[in-house]
Amino acid sequence: MYNVTKKEQLNPDICLVEFEAPDIAKAARAGQFIILRIDEKGERFPLTIYDYDVKKGTVCVVCQAVGVSTKKLCALNKNDFILDVAGPLGHAVSTEKIGNIICIGGGVGTAEAYPITKAYKESGNEVKVIIGARNKSLLICEKELKSLGVELYVATDDGSYGRKGFVTDVLKELLSKQKYDLIYAIGPIVMMKAVSQAAKPYNIKTLVSLNSIMIDGTGMCGGCRIKYNNESKFTCVDGPEFDASLIDFDELIKRQGRFSDKEKLALHEYECRLGFKH
Amino acid sequence: MEHKKKLMKEQLPKERIKNFNEVPFGLTEAQAVAEASRCLNCRNPFCVKGCPAEIDIPAFVQAIKNKKFKDAIEIIRKTNNLPAVCGRVCPQEDQCEKFCILGKKGAPIAIGYLERFVADWEMAQANSLKPSTANPKPITAAHHKVAVIGAGPAGLTCAADLANMGYDVTIFEALHSPGGVLMYGIPEFRLPKKIVEKEVGNITGLGAGLKLNYIIGRTKTIGDLKKEGFKAFFIATGAGLPNFLGIPGEELNGVYSANEFLTRINLMKAYKFPEYDTPVNIGEKIAVIGAGNVAMDSARCALRMGAKKVYIIYRRSREEMPARAEEIERAEEEGVIFNLLTNPVRITGDEKGNIKEMTCLKNKLGEPDEGGRRRPIPIPDSEFSIPIDTVICAVGNDPNPLLVSTVKEIITGKRGNIVADEEGRTSVEGIFAGGDIVTGAATVIAAMGAGKKAARAVDKYLKGL
Repeated sequence: MYNVTKKEQLNPDICLVEFEAPDIAKAARAGQFIILRIDEKGERFPLTIYDYDVKKGTVCVVCQAVGVSTKKLCALNKNDFILDVAGPLGHAVSTEKIGNIICIGGGVGTAEAYPITKAYKESGNEVKVIIGARNKSLLICEKELKSLGVELYVATDDGSYGRKGFVTDVLKELLSKQKYDLIYAIGPIVMMKAVSQAAKPYNIKTLVSLNSIMIDGTGMCGGCRIKYNNESKFTCVDGPEFDASLIDFDELIKRQGRFSDKEKLALHEYECRLGFKH
Repeated sequence: MEHKKKLMKEQLPKERIKNFNEVPFGLTEAQAVAEASRCLNCRNPFCVKGCPAEIDIPAFVQAIKNKKFKDAIEIIRKTNNLPAVCGRVCPQEDQCEKFCILGKKGAPIAIGYLERFVADWEMAQANSLKPSTANPKPITAAHHKVAVIGAGPAGLTCAADLANMGYDVTIFEALHSPGGVLMYGIPEFRLPKKIVEKEVGNITGLGAGLKLNYIIGRTKTIGDLKKEGFKAFFIATGAGLPNFLGIPGEELNGVYSANEFLTRINLMKAYKFPEYDTPVNIGEKIAVIGAGNVAMDSARCALRMGAKKVYIIYRRSREEMPARAEEIERAEEEGVIFNLLTNPVRITGDEKGNIKEMTCLKNKLGEPDEGGRRRPIPIPDSEFSIPIDTVICAVGNDPNPLLVSTVKEIITGKRGNIVADEEGRTSVEGIFAGGDIVTGAATVIAAMGAGKKAARAVDKYLKGL
């Protein structure tokens, strides 16, 4: 049992949950993830580690309530318990000095871009950050990212904040002006695919962090496999960070949707149980 | 086989494919006593030689004959802490029962059924009778701390024996519940999870600590544990990464590894979806690739989940099928279709990523390979397609590199298996290993045997410190 020590609503759908997990906090590095199971009947699902505090012994995740499991997590409050947390899993981001880096976060991925940006910054890199959301009210983590002392660009689909358009519009502009050594993108699969395509003409190494469907997170089930350079790779043990140019994104999009009918059914049941629907 | 079949009643095939309840019902007291009475109580019993758990088989069988069931279970428990599990899933026909002298002329004693009988008898008495081993053993053996990594059959057996010797044992398990393959792999209808929980509970009752959700190699490394005072390590992390077929189309949505398929159903209880949150998609026509016990389990789960047609696709012939005869027979009775001497060459899907069909080649058998089994050879121009919507790959596993990669000095084999001697000693002092991580996918009982041997080796090592 893992005690929730903080809960914060970042926008109507996205919340931050901090909980006690001292051993995980001690071992955690930016870019890694954990597997959670909220209650006895719950699924096991992965979430990127947003932050961790070795002294307090806490780990923090940011979660968008979309399906049953994420809704269950977002329904927890301070002093509630998460039944199971395992991790940290996956490879951490590099801590080498690379040079000029652009970090991109879209939607809930904006939160996940925070630890990556922080790690790159701490390794002495020059980091620019582009974040995006559908509109101003959905934008998250702007303040936190700014506090890292990076140049921050914001794009909203409707232009209600920052510039109107997608993160890739900003990216293309930046790329046309200066040379960069690395692009790191985390967010919806379509966004990561678009980033990869935008970066291609410039021949800049582009990394993305994937959030595939998983059960154990340790390589046992193979459910998170992707087609990578025409081979099968497991997101949990080989990733979650991959070279975007080698990922078959179309395949990945199909695989991510493979339980969507069942997920809808489960969500309906869940909401019925809560009395939202009949 | 026929004798055993007559002996134990089971759910009828047409009924049982509609539920996940256990298939065989177990022996009645009268049946058990009668069966035990057939034992010749040989002066030089061969059956014992076939038991990796080193159970004093003649003694417990005689106790059953004399209706001393409590004595019988205590005899078993001296060397085996998972009797209700072993009585159900051990391939006794290749072990103790194979050596039974009665088998030379007729049916060997149904030792497995008798083991199950007394283990179940004990559980039924649980309220009135405390199991003799449930009292924590005082930690005596110089208070040495031992870490057992993985709470599957090998790890649990090793931990139980070490706790019995008085060591301060902690078991580290990556998943949220202990049991390993007994929980995530073997289905409810073959091994009820309540039974696993009970037997695992007996082991932790011996005083072994259990840390769940704990991934050694990630949450902590062996190096970290050494700093915390752990003096010896037993690595029993199991089978690991599933193999796929290496053919076009295996990334399609309906392609599962048997590990994923069975874990969803057994550990995560997808057969109770949506009461439980984890889903599994089952089409109407399922192809299970492989013919081991895991393949039979997958095929039989698929039937119970509502599949209309379930095929076993296997590249060799019936004779080479590695599954237990009992499981093959049950699968057949339940309506699983066996497509033998058949090799899948590609899976084709639609634009949404769903499977449409699987194309296969027919094989013939050639000369025996290095393992002694006849090698399958594809027959040219024999290609044919089967309409399929789900494929389950039950073609084995490769060892999980997660822990091994963090212990640099440890020597591994060609495929990444840890190299260990008969007693479980690895190339690194104080680190022992056993079970599937050493041998590749094998049986529950082989893993338990490895756990037992390693416990003795750990003891010897720690006494020499």
